[in-house]
Amino acid sequence: MTIIKWRPGRSGHRFDPFSEMQRLQREMHRIYDTLTDSQEASRPAGVYPHLNITEDEDNYYVRAELPGVNPEDIEITTQDNDLIINGERKIPLEGEKVSYHRREREARSFRRITSLPNHFDSGKVAAVCKNGLLTITLPKAAAKARQIDVKPA
Amino acid sequence: MNDKELQVRDKRELEGEGERTKPGLVFVPAVDIFESEAEITLLADMPGVASENVSIDLHENQLTVSGEVGLLTSDKEEYLLQEFETGTFHRQFTLSDRIDQNAITATVKNGVLRLVLPKAQKAKPRKIEVRAG
Repeated sequence: MTIIKWRPGRSGHRFDPFSEMQRLQREMHRIYDTLTDSQEASRPAGVYPHLNITEDEDNYYVRAELPGVNPEDIEITTQDNDLIINGERKIPLEGEKVSYHRREREARSFRRITSLPNHFDSGKVAAVCKNGLLTITLPKAAAKARQIDVKPA
Repeated sequence: MNDKELQVRDKRELEGEGERTKPGLVFVPAVDIFESEAEITLLADMPGVASENVSIDLHENQLTVSGEVGLLTSDKEEYLLQEFETGTFHRQFTLSDRIDQNAITATVKNGVLRLVLPKAQKAKPRKIEVRAG
């Protein structure tokens, strides 16, 4: 018994200008970034897992896709402006009497270190892993604008 | 690089599929497929997909698995670094065995879909004894 991947026929492939445009646009951005070296940080690092980092007024958010990783197998540590994500993806054995048709998923450990652009309050970092998607919320360190009065001499 | 560590891979985008009604990116999930005497099991990595957003369709012997990922960020967030994109997961397979459609079970745990497709009675292997003539 075999399972054959269904391949859509090239001839039956309809041209979708909208998605083609999107693809082209993303490709152009990528090339532009490489050429101008303008966004050093926007190039993916070759380390698992890939990260998305966003910010709003109060927090930094670090997100990673970690399918099949148990939340208890993820360890997050902080040091200065650095965030370290350690973990292991385990894939349990499925019994001896099974035969594999495809094996694309890997079980291994991972370690990723990333730097946030500014200080965060390490005591209030929160992490949630839901449906294999890790979200780490790092509150920005209170650096409120202070007004300094200039007194007349 | 330490070869005991997970290697990072770009998500595979689906290519050459018919036009979709919703605009957005479509990715091909990594899968494990294995077979025992009684059933075929499929495991698919679909991070960010909640169990209620998975759809499984078996028509004739064509199996379609897809999962929708909701928006991750709020309007107020701005990207500082983007290494991965999100979208729908979609993959199709042609099964060569008869499946007992009513007994299919699907569960989602930690972003991994586990689909168990029990073989129909007819498709289970039968041992045929060869008698000496």
